[in-house]
Amino acid sequence: MAANVRSFEAIKKERFKDENCPTPTSEEQMKVEESVEQLFDLFSKIVEIDLDAPTLLRLHHATFLKKSLTYLPNAYQCLDASRPWLCYWILHSLELLDETLATEDISKIVQFLGKCQCPEGGFAGGPGQFPHLAPTYAAVNALCTLGTEEAYSIIDREQLQKFLWSVRSPDGAFMMHPGGEVDIRGVYCALAVARLVNIYTDALFDNSASWIISCQTYEGGFSGSPGMEAHGGYAFCGLAALSLLGKEQLCDMKSFLRWIVNRQMRFEGGFQGRTNKLVDGCYSFWQGGAFPLLHRILMQEDGNAVSMERWLFHQEALQEYVLICCQNSSGGLVDKPTKPRDIYHTCYTLSGLSVAQHFVHGKANIVGNRNNELALIHPVYNIGLEAALNALQYFQRLHIPQRQPS
Amino acid sequence: MAEAGSSSEELCDETNWVFYKYRVEWKDVTPVPQDDGPYPIVAIAYSEKFQDIYDYFRAVLKSCEKSERALQLTKDALDLNPANYTVWQYRREILKHLNKDLIPELHYVKEVIEDNPKNYQVWHHRRVIVEWLQDPSYELSFTKTVLSQDSKNYHAWQHRQWVIRTFKLFENELQYVDHLLEDDIRNNSAWNQRYFVINNTTGFKPDVVEQELAFTLEKIKKVTNNESAWNYLRGVLLHHSGGLSQVQNVRKVCEELYSSGNRSPLLLAFLVDICEENIERADGDKADSLHQAVQLCDMLANEYDTIRREYWNYIARSLTQRVNGSEEEASGSTKTDLNC
Repeated sequence: MAANVRSFEAIKKERFKDENCPTPTSEEQMKVEESVEQLFDLFSKIVEIDLDAPTLLRLHHATFLKKSLTYLPNAYQCLDASRPWLCYWILHSLELLDETLATEDISKIVQFLGKCQCPEGGFAGGPGQFPHLAPTYAAVNALCTLGTEEAYSIIDREQLQKFLWSVRSPDGAFMMHPGGEVDIRGVYCALAVARLVNIYTDALFDNSASWIISCQTYEGGFSGSPGMEAHGGYAFCGLAALSLLGKEQLCDMKSFLRWIVNRQMRFEGGFQGRTNKLVDGCYSFWQGGAFPLLHRILMQEDGNAVSMERWLFHQEALQEYVLICCQNSSGGLVDKPTKPRDIYHTCYTLSGLSVAQHFVHGKANIVGNRNNELALIHPVYNIGLEAALNALQYFQRLHIPQRQPS
Repeated sequence: MAEAGSSSEELCDETNWVFYKYRVEWKDVTPVPQDDGPYPIVAIAYSEKFQDIYDYFRAVLKSCEKSERALQLTKDALDLNPANYTVWQYRREILKHLNKDLIPELHYVKEVIEDNPKNYQVWHHRRVIVEWLQDPSYELSFTKTVLSQDSKNYHAWQHRQWVIRTFKLFENELQYVDHLLEDDIRNNSAWNQRYFVINNTTGFKPDVVEQELAFTLEKIKKVTNNESAWNYLRGVLLHHSGGLSQVQNVRKVCEELYSSGNRSPLLLAFLVDICEENIERADGDKADSLHQAVQLCDMLANEYDTIRREYWNYIARSLTQRVNGSEEEASGSTKTDLNC
């Protein structure tokens, strides 16, 4: 058996037990475990021949991503209002794989994202659409990933700040777009771009911390809006937003920690988004990515007890799930076995894999082939660590617009 | 979002479809092609129909036309991409401008939601229409229908909570939750809704807490490894002055389960927290509670919950340091006293 993987004989005891009370939840769970077990069994045969297994199919993924950068099939029509997202998912994945782009290609992407920027500030889902916080976050992340002077300077920071004011509500929450829905994604996206391009002001985020805290549930995670169920994507938004505000201490960290460690699936090794839901590769980042943030917070509160070797989740098990269960053999990664590949899952499974491979200061813990190692990420923004530091440094030099609410 | 598979447009009556560019009633409008600039990136292979409809949508948006035909056009555009928030937003502007009857709109968005139940924009549109109508009378039955297809649909729950809270429709909600929990005791969304209802109605007053504890303990006894129930139990106990450790019936169930040989990681985790409370209590035997807690953490890390070994090892270290640290502090202060 290759080093660093769990014993697949030993984890058979981790299969779900329905205690003679089958319900839709337990039946679906057992079905997923069945498909995962088949892949684990297959893998244990492969690893007898290939001691390096599991291997990240770098070349296949890079080919899939590079093709997607220029051409997407008709089925992506439903993402026609998310084109900056498509750019970000692809660019970030390529960055994780250490793939570089030609200078002229970088410039083309910058110009395209420039076409998605709105005269009233912020970015839209595509050229000519209305500005929206989610594609704004994606576009800023994509541009910072590209990291050229042209990429940085295409962002109209004055107008972007004006747009953020236009979607802020007095309670500190943010609408996704003027007239759009309010949820915790809004405040995270707004804070991430504001911090990254240095247009943050205290006034813009007045009350935001207490609004975010009102989304922490009795389970410990964060929900999309007050009263709702704790959820992986929203939990990341909540914790990352509090980090960006420097107000992590307002969070009930003990219950947050308990909730999030319990989202890792004992058999599959990947994460689920909510209690009693199914594993999904994308939560490798949404849940896994919260651990570096948690580590930093716990270091301040409980430094001596915190491990100096590992995050507080099972890093090997997550790597196994991504590498064994989420790779499409023709490139691209998936939610769970039997699901089709897509760019979103490719981005977030790889991002989670990078977190699982690296501890503080890039200390590596690689499952399988040594070449599986991905680039480091900045866990608050989920762009490459170097890209994030470069962008922060670049925008730090610029003057902060001091617009007030109109 | 599936890569394979056909979009719904192919299944429609393609043979009868007339492109906007061939429609007489639209010949006064010049279509506006999408401006991707000289280098289209992430270029989607739009169908001809998609391109045609959106060329006209852009034209209408540009001229700010708010007409019946523009309203119909938004419907065609949304049919091909219900996630286009710009089209929804503009559709709302047209509805307002034409002062349209909103009941048909409610029926329309119902159909779109039934085809796209996990889409932010469609649910938001419904919420705005209900807000404009100030009429929530269809919402509970509608969300119930959607939840009957997927009882954990987040959007449906979010809409339902908004309606219930805004229009004070809490009355029969606990019954509905009970019904869902009977179908699936592991449905965490239903447990969360239970908390939501109680929190916003009676509140967790002492008698309600007792009633909820009894309810939850029964469910735990039935399925001991159901995290939803254990989490709810902790949620209820947040409102009990006895915490986790000082509530008789909770303790009793935990002890019974443990002595019957149950080693559910959720039970053991709860016992760890009971020990932690005992450590915190001034009158407790700190050393004994710590010993028990560490033993439980070891069991969890090495046998019953190995996937969380890092966490359990951390909890054990953290509790140990808290006890030892406070002892050092105590001895430190004694020393200071002597020095004085």
